[in-house]
Amino acid sequence: MDLFVSQVLSGVASGAIYGCVGLAMVMIFTSTEKINFAQGEMATFSTYVAWTLMTVGLPYWAAFAATVAISFAAGVLIQRTLLAPLRDAPEMSQVIVFFGLFLVFNSASGAIWGYLPFDFPSPVKAFSTGTTLIGAHQLFIILVAVLMLTLLFLFFRYTSLGLCMRAAAQNPVSASLMGVRVGWMLALGWGLSAAVGAVAGIMVAPVVFLEPQMMVGVLLYAFAAALVGGIDSPPGAFVGGIIVGVLENLVGTYLVGTDLKLTVALVLIIAVLIFKPTGLFGSRRVARV
Amino acid sequence: MAAILELKDVDAHYGGTQALFGVNCAVEAGAVTTLLGANGAGKTSTLRAICGMVRRTGEIRFDGHRIDGKSTEDIVRMGIAHVPEGRGTFTNLTVQENLDLAAHARRDRALVGEDAQRVFGYFPRLKERLRQQAGTLSGGEQQMLAIARSLMMRPRLMLLDEPSFGLAPLVVLEIFQIMQRINREDGVSIFLIEQNAAMALDLAHDAYLVETGRIVMSGKAADLRDDDAIRRTYLGH
Repeated sequence: MDLFVSQVLSGVASGAIYGCVGLAMVMIFTSTEKINFAQGEMATFSTYVAWTLMTVGLPYWAAFAATVAISFAAGVLIQRTLLAPLRDAPEMSQVIVFFGLFLVFNSASGAIWGYLPFDFPSPVKAFSTGTTLIGAHQLFIILVAVLMLTLLFLFFRYTSLGLCMRAAAQNPVSASLMGVRVGWMLALGWGLSAAVGAVAGIMVAPVVFLEPQMMVGVLLYAFAAALVGGIDSPPGAFVGGIIVGVLENLVGTYLVGTDLKLTVALVLIIAVLIFKPTGLFGSRRVARV
Repeated sequence: MAAILELKDVDAHYGGTQALFGVNCAVEAGAVTTLLGANGAGKTSTLRAICGMVRRTGEIRFDGHRIDGKSTEDIVRMGIAHVPEGRGTFTNLTVQENLDLAAHARRDRALVGEDAQRVFGYFPRLKERLRQQAGTLSGGEQQMLAIARSLMMRPRLMLLDEPSFGLAPLVVLEIFQIMQRINREDGVSIFLIEQNAAMALDLAHDAYLVETGRIVMSGKAADLRDDDAIRRTYLGH
């Protein structure tokens, strides 16, 4: 029983990370209808930035805040310089840019910081939860993820800027007729999703060690999370993340063993696409022809 | 009377296709002007050209200021509200959020509440549905919401694209009566595109007729109503 409970809890913790990265993907998907394949690599790069800031002597939370801010700015910059000019370009051109970003960030991480894994600090490593069921860092991951989601929810739900971003994602033409600066809203969306990705990277790094491929597997789980939740539903992505995380652990522990864990994500992706393409909370799209 | 909106030799292009050819027209301040024409004649393109939603050349002036080089966002912030064809509803937002969105860019925050009251005076049904998702409204209610949204921007000029499209006759009548009040009581100038030429000519002071992207006739609405060709083609009697 203890094994089961601890597997579920650690599944929730890793699921929270998948959910965050999934959420970052969904935020871009809802406004562009495209998956940013570079989401994970951008997060890895951000995590290296945080590592560097900590190595030069910044305290954990200062480095954390600075990294989130830098990632936000970088996200905005990438959208404005690389993607905004392609807004009316064919779909494939934009997808190629995403792949290009993937390669650039992946290679840049390796070129700058090398391919050896780094130990990444956690501010709660010294603490104990008083139980063997869940580690302090896992609990920390869940708390940070829930806090971040709450802040994002409040931002989108109750601020004028959040409202403008939702409107721009939903109906860009009508939004611009309401005076919403749609181009900037898309850039802000990129900034936010880069920032969310950075937080996910900083959270996952102490668990898996920091190296250039750190997020490749996570991205696959995150994609599964986003699909399970319904690719256009931000809360769905998070719930989907938890489901994927728990399922991954249970199937890994009781059925297929840890070596085949990643396969769980692939099977889940295919199953969702075949049997329930709208996921749990996604909206069904009806197109008039 | 001075013109609040003036188009001079305006061309519009969609990619390689030209939709407007040297369009000249004007909306007098405080008046209702209608643009008649068949499907595909260039009515919607004219409104889109004004709001910078299509590539256009020529001179467009709002209140004397050139707007033909400006972006859609800047044009609507100057006081032109465009109620687009298809109503432009934000279906996943609540009715309240739709209205808040329209008012978000306003500097005169103090007057927003007053405008909301006026809007609910025109459309009491919207007030009952504030918390409802806008996508669940009926077609008529969504058209009302579209007009309400544009009023929340406190515009000086409203561009209306087929407000009667797909609506029941009684709803259309109600919407036309409200448009008349918006024009008379609030002093908002209106540029109206309408398939229902008879109703449009009744409401309007001035009228234009557009055919294949060119203005082919213009004058007082009453004169166009009595014109034989217009009667046969657009009024059907």
